[in-house]
Amino acid sequence: MKAAAFHYHDPRTREDLMGLLGRLDDLKLLAGGQSLMPMMNFRIVAPTHLVDLNRVDGLGGISRQGAEVRFGALTRQREVKASEIVANDLPILTEALDHVGHVQTRSRGTIGGSCCHLDPSAEIPAIAALYDAIFEIGGPDGTREVGYADWHLGMLTSALDEREVLEGIRFKPWQPADAGHGWGFYEYARRHGDFAIAGAGCLVDISDQGTIERIATVVMGVDAVPVRLREAEAALVGARPDRTAIAALVEAARSIDAMTDPQVSATYRRRLAGVVTERAVLAAFQRSGITQ
Amino acid sequence: MSDTRTISLTLNGAAKTAETDVRVNLADFLRHSLEATGTHVGCEHGVCGACTVIVDGQPVRACLMLAVQADGSTVETVEGLATDGALSDLQAAFSRHHGLQCGFCTPGMLMTLHAFLKEVPNPSETEVREAISGNICRCTGYQGIVAAALDVAASRKGA
Repeated sequence: MKAAAFHYHDPRTREDLMGLLGRLDDLKLLAGGQSLMPMMNFRIVAPTHLVDLNRVDGLGGISRQGAEVRFGALTRQREVKASEIVANDLPILTEALDHVGHVQTRSRGTIGGSCCHLDPSAEIPAIAALYDAIFEIGGPDGTREVGYADWHLGMLTSALDEREVLEGIRFKPWQPADAGHGWGFYEYARRHGDFAIAGAGCLVDISDQGTIERIATVVMGVDAVPVRLREAEAALVGARPDRTAIAALVEAARSIDAMTDPQVSATYRRRLAGVVTERAVLAAFQRSGITQ
Repeated sequence: MSDTRTISLTLNGAAKTAETDVRVNLADFLRHSLEATGTHVGCEHGVCGACTVIVDGQPVRACLMLAVQADGSTVETVEGLATDGALSDLQAAFSRHHGLQCGFCTPGMLMTLHAFLKEVPNPSETEVREAISGNICRCTGYQGIVAAALDVAASRKGA
C-alpha cells in the first residue's frame, strides 16, 4: 500500500524543529524511516504532520566525551558499524549491528530511531540496556536526561512525550579489551537479518584475581522489552567465571515471562533464551582471556 | 491535504526535476514521475529488496524513502548500468550464469551487488550471500546470482 496523505515539514535547525514540536498536533518524527515508513505504507500509522529530522543540523555524529561515547540520534547504523571509536570502546555494538536488518536498511536506519521505535527483538535497544545508556531528550520547554530503565517503558513505548525528540545517546564503556573485559552477543533468527526470535548480550570485567568484578547480561525478543538479569548478575560478583556462573544466568534467562505468538510459543522462547544466553556469556568469558 | 513539492535530483548522471505529492515514495517517483521503470516495487515494506537503488553512493530501499527526501541527491538505478546499449560486466554475468528467471528481483539484486562489489572487490562466497541477504529471489535459488557476482569479482581482479 501507499502512505496516507500528510503535511510534510523538513526543518533545518534545532530552533525550527522545537518550534514545530511546540506548534503541531498529531505529528510523527521521521528519522531513518526503516520502521515508520513500512507502518505508514501499511497505514498502521497515519499522522497529520510528518516532521523529517534528516535535514536538521547537528543531530548526527559519534564522539568521545570524557568517559562516555556519544551518538547523535540521527547517526546512521551503517556509520556506527564502521566507526573505529565504537569498535574500540563498544565492540559488542559493532558485532550486534551485523544483525540489524540489511545493508540497505542500515544505510538509512539510525541509532536513535531504533531506540525510539523499540521493537522487542531490536538489537540496539538491548545493547543500550546492557550499558544503562543515557538518553538526551529535547523539547520546546527544555532538555532532560533519562537512563535506560526510565527510557524503555514497554512494548514499542519510550519515555518521549509527543512534543519531545531524542537528540543523543551516551554509552559508558567498560574496561579496555586488554584489561580483562569480555563481551559476547548471540541471536537466533530464521533468516539472516530477520527479526530475532531471541538474542542475548553479555559484558564482563574480570579482576586480576580472576573473579567477576562486574557483569551485565541482557535477553531480547523474549519479553516485550529487553530483560536485564540483574539479580543473577549481582549474585555473581566475586565468583569465578565458570560453568556454574553460566548456569546461573541461563536459569535466570529461562525464568523470563516469555511472549507467545502463533509461530513461536512461550515454551520455545524460554528454551531459546537459555541457549542464546549460554552462548553469549561463554563468548564473553572467553574473550576476557580467562579460560576455566 | 495534498502537499506537493518540486524535486530536483541527478538520475544516472542526468538532472531531473518533477513535482510530486510529498507522500510519494522514491520508487514510485522514479517510475511514475521520471518514467524510469527499471526499479521494481515489490513488498512496499522493506523486506523484498526489489526497489533497491543507490542514493548518494549507498544502497537503500526506495520504498522506505520519500521522494522529497531525495531532493538534491544523486540517484543511481538499473538504467544506469549499461553503457551505449552494452550490458555492464555484472549484467552480462547474470545472463551467463542464469542469475535471473522472471527478472522481477533483478534490478534490486544488480544495484545491491553493484554497490557491494565497489566496497568489497574481492569477496568470499559467504560475503556475497550476506550482501544479498536483503534481496529475495523466488526463481533462481540464488546459486546463479552468487556465481555471477564471484565471476565478476574474479574477472575484474584479472583485468
